[in-house]
Amino acid sequence: MDTAEKFDEKTPGSDKLAGQIEGEQAMDNTTRYPDQTIGTPFVDSPKMRMRDVDVFYGDKQAIHGVSLDIGKNEVVALIGPSGCGKSTFLRCLNRMNDTIDICQVKGNLHLEDQDLYDPKLDVVELRARVGMVFQKPNPFPKSIYDNVAYGPRIHGLANKKYDLDEIVETSLRKAGLWDEVKDRLHSPGTGLSGGQQQRLCIARTIAVSPEVVLMDEPCSALDPIATAKIEELIAELSESYTIAIVTHSMQQAARVSNRTAYFHLGRLVEMNDTETVFTKPEHDLTEAYITGRFG
Amino acid sequence: MQTGNLLLLLVVMIAGAYYLGHRRSFALARPLGGIRHLHSLPFYYAMRTAIWCAIPALAILGAWLAFDDTLIRVMVMDSLPAASFPADASSANLLLNQIGNVASGAIASSEVSPAVAAAAEKLNNLRELNSMAVAVVVIVVAMLGTAWGWVKISPQMRARQQVEKVLQTLFMLSATIAILTTVGILMSVMFESIRFFGKVPATDFLFGLQWSPQTALRADQVASEGAFGAIPLFMGTLLISAIALLVAVPVGLMSAIYLAEYAPARVRSFAKPALEVLAGVPTVVYGFFAALTVAPVIRQLGESIGLNVASESALAAGLVMGVMIIPFVSSLADDVITAVPQALRDASLGLGATRSETIKKVIFPAALPGIMGGILLAASRAIGETMIVVMAAGLAANMTVNPLEAVTTVTVQIVTLLTGDQEFDSAKTLAAFALGLMLFITTLLLNVVALHIVKKYREQYD
Repeated sequence: MDTAEKFDEKTPGSDKLAGQIEGEQAMDNTTRYPDQTIGTPFVDSPKMRMRDVDVFYGDKQAIHGVSLDIGKNEVVALIGPSGCGKSTFLRCLNRMNDTIDICQVKGNLHLEDQDLYDPKLDVVELRARVGMVFQKPNPFPKSIYDNVAYGPRIHGLANKKYDLDEIVETSLRKAGLWDEVKDRLHSPGTGLSGGQQQRLCIARTIAVSPEVVLMDEPCSALDPIATAKIEELIAELSESYTIAIVTHSMQQAARVSNRTAYFHLGRLVEMNDTETVFTKPEHDLTEAYITGRFG
Repeated sequence: MQTGNLLLLLVVMIAGAYYLGHRRSFALARPLGGIRHLHSLPFYYAMRTAIWCAIPALAILGAWLAFDDTLIRVMVMDSLPAASFPADASSANLLLNQIGNVASGAIASSEVSPAVAAAAEKLNNLRELNSMAVAVVVIVVAMLGTAWGWVKISPQMRARQQVEKVLQTLFMLSATIAILTTVGILMSVMFESIRFFGKVPATDFLFGLQWSPQTALRADQVASEGAFGAIPLFMGTLLISAIALLVAVPVGLMSAIYLAEYAPARVRSFAKPALEVLAGVPTVVYGFFAALTVAPVIRQLGESIGLNVASESALAAGLVMGVMIIPFVSSLADDVITAVPQALRDASLGLGATRSETIKKVIFPAALPGIMGGILLAASRAIGETMIVVMAAGLAANMTVNPLEAVTTVTVQIVTLLTGDQEFDSAKTLAAFALGLMLFITTLLLNVVALHIVKKYREQYD
C-alpha cells in the first residue's frame, strides 16, 4: 500500500501532472527540452557524481537521463513542479528507493569512488555516509536522547556511555536544539514542537557523522519561524557536510543553496549557480517556473 | 392476536409513519421553496415520526408481556372456590400446571374436578381477552404516537438533534447490555461458589493438593470423602497453556513479522487468510489430531530416547493447542505492525539500520500494545480450551510439571462435574462454580498484568 501511494505521488500521470502537461503544450513547442542540461551541472572533484540516471516505477519512467555533480561542502537545491522527480532522484542518492519493490534505478551513481548501486555494496554503510531528513518530522516514539543515540548505537560508534553522551550533546548542539532540550533529554521526542522535532531529526541524522545530508522538503510542514531556524542551520551545517535539498520554496532555494537544479517532468533542464538560475535563467521552462507561471 | 403478528403489524405501522413523516416534510417545504428551508433533512423528520410510532408502543408491549402472565395466574387462582384452594406454594404450582394442561387440551376436562375445569375455561377466556387487549392498546398507542410526531413536524423543528439523541441513547443501552451480562454471569457464579465454600472450606479448595471430587450421592452410599484441592487443576491448566504459548507466541510473532515486513503483496494476500483458517478448524478436530496423531508420535520419540511418556500427555495437548492459537497472535500482530507509520521505517532505514534492526528497535516497541493484546487473546483461548485437553491430556488430576505425564485442566473438570446425573446442590456440582470463579479471577489478573506491561513499555507514535 505504501508502495502504491508513493507510486502515485512520484510518477508522471497523476491529475496534477496532466494539467501541467496541457499548460506546457500551450507554450513554445520548439524549445521544450534541451538535448543536454543547460548550465554547469558538473564540478571539479565532486563529492557525488551521477551520470545518465534513469528511474522506473514499473513500466513508467520517472527520471530521464539525469547527470549532475554535487561538490564537496556544497548546498545543492533541487527545484521543480510537483511530480517532476526531484524527490525520487534524491532518494536514489542513499538508495531509499530500495524499499519500493517496483522501483528500478539505472545509470552511474558514485559517492567519491564508491558505486552506489554496486551489488557488493553494503547499503547500511552507504546510508551511514549519506543521511536523510524527511519531509514530515518523524522522530521515533522514544526519548530525545534515544532518538539521537539510535544511529550511533546501531553503528557501534560509542564504546562507553560517556562517549554516547558526548555524541548526543554535540549533535544536538550542531542542530541548535541543545539549549532547548538539555533539561529534558529523557522525555519523548514526539512531545516537541514541529520545528524542534525536525531539528531533532537533523541531530539524529548528523549523529552518525554522515558525509552527505539529503533533505526532502524539510520545512514544508513547518511555520515560518521554525523554517528560518532550519535554514540558518543548513548554512552552518554546510561547513562540515555536503547537502542536497529538495524544496518547493524558491525563496528557500535562493537563500540556502550554492547551486540550483531545475527538474521538469523527470528531466534535469537547467543547473547553475543559484544566483544565475534566479536572475538570468537560460531556459524558457526554468524562467516560467521561477516567475511563477506554473508549478 | 399473536404477539408475532402484532410485532409484524407494528413494523408495517413504523414504515407507514416514516412514509407519512417524509411526505409531510416535503409538503411543508414546497411552499417555502425546497427542502433547504427546513431545519433538518426530510429523513430526520421521517425518522422522528417513526420513532414516535415505535418507542411508546414497544415500551408498552414489553411491559405488558412482562406482567400479563402473573396477573392472569392471580386472577385464575382467585376464581377458584375456597374448598379447592391449595394449601401451600408447591401444590398451588401443581394445580396451576394442571389448569394450564386442561386449558391447552392436553388433559380432557372430563378427567378433572369441575372446579379445575371451570378455572381452565376462565384461563382460556382471560388469555383471549388479554391478547385482544394488548393488540388494541399497542395499535392505538402506535397511532397516537405517529399522529403526535406527524403534527409536530414544522420547518423550525430541530428533528436532527432529536434523532441524534435517540440514536445516542440506543448505542449507550447496547453497551450497557454487554456490561450487565458480564456482571450477571459473575454474580451467578459467585453465589453458587459461596454455597460451595459453605460445604468445603475455602482453604481446602485454594491450597489443597488433592482433587478427587467423589462424594456420596445418597446418605446410604459408601463413598470416600471428596477432596477438592484445586491446585493440581490450575497446575495442569498453567502447564498446558504455557506449552501452547511457547509454541504460538514465537511462531505467531515471527510469521506476523514476515507477513507485514518481508512478504511480497502476492504472498501476503494468500498466506494471511490461509493462516487464519487454522483458527476456524473445530477444536474437536484438533482434539483427535492431538490424541491420535501427535500423542503416539511423541510417545514413540520419547521411548526411542528412553523416556517414559504417558499415552495422554500435556505435551501433545499443549503443542496442538499452540498451533490452534497461532492465528490469534499472528493476525493481530500483523495488523498492528502494518499500522506503524511508514515514516518511522524510513527514518530508521535512512540512518542505516537493517530491516531486522528496524523491526526490533522501532516497529516492535511501537506495536507492543497490539501485540500484547494478541498474546493475551491467545492465552485466554488456551486457558479456556477444553476439547483438546479432554481428548489428548486425560482426566487424571496429577500434580506435576512434567509435560510427559497426563494432566487435567480446570475447564475439563468443570465439564466432567456438570455432565451426567448430578444432584444440583452437592459439593461435587457446586465445585464447578468455584472453579469457574477462580478461572475468571485468573484471566482478570492476567489482563491487569498485561495492561500494566503495555503501559510501561509502550512507545506511542503520533
